[in-house]
Amino acid sequence: MKQLLSFIRKEFHHILRDRTTMMILILMPIIQIILFGFALTTEVKNTKVAVLATTDDEVTNRIIEKINSSSYFDVVANIHSNDEIQAIFRDAKAKLVIVFEDHFSENLRHNGKAHIQLIADATDPNAATSFTFYVSNIIASYQQELMGTTKNPYQITPEVKMLYNPQMVGAFNFVPGVLGMIMLLICAMMTSIAIVREKEMGTMEILLVSPMKPIYTILSKITPYFVLSAFNFATIMLLSVFVLKVPVAGSFLSLVFVSLLYIFVSLALGLLISTLTSSQLAAMLISGMGLMIPVMLLSGMIFPIENMPVILQWISDIVPARWYISAVKTIMIQGLGISSVLKEVAVLSFMSIVLVTVSLKKFKVRLE
Amino acid sequence: MNKNVDLQSIAIRCDDVSKNYGKIEALKDIHLEVSKGEIFGIIGPDGAGKTTLFRILTTLILADKGTAAIDGYDVVTDYKEIRKRVGYMPGRFSLYQDLTVEENLNFFATVFNTTIEENYELIKDIYVQIEPFKNRRAGKLSGGMKQKLALSCALIHKPSVLFLDEPTTGVDPVSRKEFWGMLKKLKTQGITILVSTPYMDEASLCDRIALIQNGQFLKIDTPKNIVKQYKNKLWSAKSDNMSKLLSDLRNIEATKNCFAFGDCHHVTVFDAQFTISDFEIILGKLSHKDIQIVEIEPTVEDCFMELSQN
Repeated sequence: MKQLLSFIRKEFHHILRDRTTMMILILMPIIQIILFGFALTTEVKNTKVAVLATTDDEVTNRIIEKINSSSYFDVVANIHSNDEIQAIFRDAKAKLVIVFEDHFSENLRHNGKAHIQLIADATDPNAATSFTFYVSNIIASYQQELMGTTKNPYQITPEVKMLYNPQMVGAFNFVPGVLGMIMLLICAMMTSIAIVREKEMGTMEILLVSPMKPIYTILSKITPYFVLSAFNFATIMLLSVFVLKVPVAGSFLSLVFVSLLYIFVSLALGLLISTLTSSQLAAMLISGMGLMIPVMLLSGMIFPIENMPVILQWISDIVPARWYISAVKTIMIQGLGISSVLKEVAVLSFMSIVLVTVSLKKFKVRLE
Repeated sequence: MNKNVDLQSIAIRCDDVSKNYGKIEALKDIHLEVSKGEIFGIIGPDGAGKTTLFRILTTLILADKGTAAIDGYDVVTDYKEIRKRVGYMPGRFSLYQDLTVEENLNFFATVFNTTIEENYELIKDIYVQIEPFKNRRAGKLSGGMKQKLALSCALIHKPSVLFLDEPTTGVDPVSRKEFWGMLKKLKTQGITILVSTPYMDEASLCDRIALIQNGQFLKIDTPKNIVKQYKNKLWSAKSDNMSKLLSDLRNIEATKNCFAFGDCHHVTVFDAQFTISDFEIILGKLSHKDIQIVEIEPTVEDCFMELSQN
């Protein structure tokens, strides 16, 4: 035990004395989350909208007004026939056309039911999802208002139509994805050089000719980075909640628990890379480039997993970020508790056990 | 066989050990027996296989062939036991450069489940010299101090066998002398020391030495016996033009060997009939001036050169 504590203290010394690296490790997630976060939000702001309404009535005007007054949309054109829609998109006059069905307000009043069609330019699918989602919300809130004033159950059904990319899946938010990617990359990169550095510096040679147990070496390499990653997680959460305004809808404790588990998996993955490589450069390349691509493409962060070929779906199952992102979406966006992400927790726990076991097995007790 | 006697008196045993790196034979059929409490030197040039031998004995790499044992423990099957009881100082400075002197020593003490206080007596003589700098980072120490710190760290758990791989390479002559003084003191504590060095002048400071070249032992004996076995007459030659002298000496038919040794050349001749004055006459004709040739006692290096020629 004393051995382990002394080893952990040594690792803390290494990290704390290497100021530049520590600053990079602390600042990198902050910069990344801000970059990714704002790249996302500016897209939706001041989106140009065209409106096709055949009748000029109070209800239609209220809705248009509401949309126009939100900071997300500018109504730039009023058109009067379906034929003009194509021209609007072709000339890039607007990203979204809102089509009120004929006799919209009459239908609403008499049948209690009316339709709005949202036609979006989905060449940029993420933006399209976001702004159709916002418009749907605005309409829904107007519906709430109507419900309050009359006893009749009015129902406006927004019908979303994605142009150019009809298979678009529903709304998703970038924050869970970025969280999953940043944490994995930073954690894996940090630990991937931890053991290989001892090999390069020659200190591994003396460490091996000592009674130090491999499990102690591995645990003491993980511990300080675990603390540092927990700190990084805290800054990312603060930024997402207070700067990017992404609230944590579900249980915060569950989110912390899942995140710490994910951090452990990522650190263990980095350690495995570290035990397998023989130079810091190779370790950095594998953990940086080798993990970045699968995490970005196969975690559901950019491309929905449901749309992938079956083989890629299988591969995505072994990407830890896929499970973490899914859990974060459930807790943070859907607002559910730990009981809804038991599957994800189980998979991540299993991964951490496998990774630590394999690292131990692959830990070279000799130099070659 | 009296194996029990062996176990008690033999610290390092090496049988038929070979190691190849690809097609390069790093070690060939090495036999070695080092008694407890002995200072045993492995003497040879760079690339002779010294480090490979050390790494096999310290359980860091596996031999392709043969067996080796430290204190009776096999280097392959009982490696964990060996790692508890040996001290190892690799050729390259291998302590944590970003930790201070004291932190390094403390760390290695706890790694070996001991404390600085427990074995302070053993390292005292060495450690007092670096203690004034105990809060300095190891990377900022001078070569001699680094070496003392590395030795302290290798000794902190009172090992029964100490492996020192080229401990004096890159260290100034004064520190080198001090270092060998420390080894003599450790010997009195009953610690077996296997030390390698490319410096032939350090060979005479060992109890026994093995001369190694191209992965093979040329000879194992005490430094005195090795020198005694040197059969040739040995002359030391100097003149005003040393580089011309070397080639001229080699061109003389009677010359067996001629090597540059610092500020003079060492010459051996085939025929005992040839005298120093014969050589002086020949060299005089080749327009050398200030010719000085004297007969000298051979050193370990002369023996090494002689043996490596065969």
